[in-house]
Amino acid sequence: MTSPTPVPGQLASYWEFILENFSQLVVATLEHAEIITISIALAVPIGVGLGVLITFDERLATVVIWLAGVMMTIPSIAMFGLLIPFVGIGAEPVIVALVLYSQLPVIRNTYVGLTDIDPAALEAGRAMGMTRVQLLRKVQIPKALPVIMAGVRNSVVILIGIAAIGAFIGAGGLGTFIFDGIARANVPMIVVATIILSVLALAFDYAFKVSEQVFRLKNGEQIEPSRLTRLIQRVRA
Amino acid sequence: MITFENVTKQYEDGTVAIEEISFTVERGTTTVLVGPSGCGKTTTMKLVNRLEDPTEGTVYRDGDPISEFDPIELRRETGYVIQEIGLFDHMTVADNIATVPRLNDWDEADIDARVDELLELMDLPPETYREQYPTELSGGQRQRVGVARAFASDPDVILMDEPFGALDPITRENLQNEFLDIQSKLDTTILFVTHSIDEALKMGDRIAIFDVGEIVQYDTPQAILNDPKTAFVEDFIGSDRPLKKLKVTNVKDVMSPTTDGFATTSGANSAAEMVQSDGGESVTPLTPTDTALSALSRLVESDHGRLPVVDDDRVVGTVSDEDLRQCNRGVQQ
Repeated sequence: MTSPTPVPGQLASYWEFILENFSQLVVATLEHAEIITISIALAVPIGVGLGVLITFDERLATVVIWLAGVMMTIPSIAMFGLLIPFVGIGAEPVIVALVLYSQLPVIRNTYVGLTDIDPAALEAGRAMGMTRVQLLRKVQIPKALPVIMAGVRNSVVILIGIAAIGAFIGAGGLGTFIFDGIARANVPMIVVATIILSVLALAFDYAFKVSEQVFRLKNGEQIEPSRLTRLIQRVRA
Repeated sequence: MITFENVTKQYEDGTVAIEEISFTVERGTTTVLVGPSGCGKTTTMKLVNRLEDPTEGTVYRDGDPISEFDPIELRRETGYVIQEIGLFDHMTVADNIATVPRLNDWDEADIDARVDELLELMDLPPETYREQYPTELSGGQRQRVGVARAFASDPDVILMDEPFGALDPITRENLQNEFLDIQSKLDTTILFVTHSIDEALKMGDRIAIFDVGEIVQYDTPQAILNDPKTAFVEDFIGSDRPLKKLKVTNVKDVMSPTTDGFATTSGANSAAEMVQSDGGESVTPLTPTDTALSALSRLVESDHGRLPVVDDDRVVGTVSDEDLRQCNRGVQQ
């Protein structure tokens, strides 16, 4: 039985852990980011596509949004288990699960962004001879882009946490350290991996926040842009 | 030219918006559809660019039934302004105005030139307003942009649905005057919907007065004021019909040719000094294009029973209260 190590000693052990496992940590972080990036890259087109599709039929919209909501209630472990028979183990079932989990925020925000538009603007567009597709492309989608980005931003933070659990079925990533840490009762392992996860989540969150702001500024909205957004605006100009 | 021939529009829920309407809008004129809300005037307007299609009857544009036109093409050739303006808030003023030219694949250089031209016309200096977003503009400025957008591809026909309804009275009056000025320089056929008889009398070359789904009178402002066809029209015009009549009449149409007692003073540099009465007093003269109503107002506040009318520094006639009464005689009968 070891008595709890005093705090300075704990910090030293975290540092030691990071130094000893630096390259594995970097690899795990990159793996994690890769899983998230692939998932989002697949999830956004699917979610936006569905969001656009359901603007044509209100009843379909209710059903699709409800289904996407139900998806989120399935525990991630169960979801992985259900997917293994179809896509095996490793990163693939995790990516499929993440795509499914991210649908609600993306579909819902796309739908809201596309439909929550000044009816007078839509009427004017129609009266000026815009086709349904032109209305979508020139009026609805540009207006909806920042809202869609907010939805993506919302889901990416959830995905980073869920992806960690993916390590349980061999997806790799930072979750590996957390599961190992639990198995070996290695607290520094768990804490360090968790902190990196949080930083990763904040980084993704910030990136999508900036892209949301860029779209808002492009639409002439009055917002207080973050520093990076201002920098991007300056480079673009 | 737009012709309605026995047009009926019944909506899917069974409401009959208009019934058996027939009238013709002449090329290059402004025709105002006026009536209480729910009378079918907006529906009538929407039939012209096929935002709605008639249940029965035919609408013709320059002699061709519009059911033969492609609705999308037809709308791109027809300007449209609504009360809520419906500007695209996510686009700059320039991009808003460029909407229809872009749909019609104009050259970007031509579009730029056209946008500047329209902004100048609307009294919005392009260098200031081109790149602004609609949310940065006042209500009057937004409505100007809305009008500019409707004129962008120089359409033959422009539909305006209560375009100045949401503006404060002063801005509305300014825009109405500017619009009359613009319209007098162009050969555009305008169909204008309003619920205000004052606006109708001011803007219209011809006025169609609507009562629940039908046109009860279609005529010039003067003719409607002189001879309201039904009690509804008379009520709709209101009890101040003689004053309204004076408002749509110009001084030159009521003045007497007699200039007795008035002479311009030579070398005068302000209007007030320009005319002297017999008694040697200075009188501010009227101009031939002043409304008879402003002549009345001036007569009421002046000590003179007769006011001079001056055109090109010359007294061309005079107006007395008797002349104004004469003008209203038609109304009284």
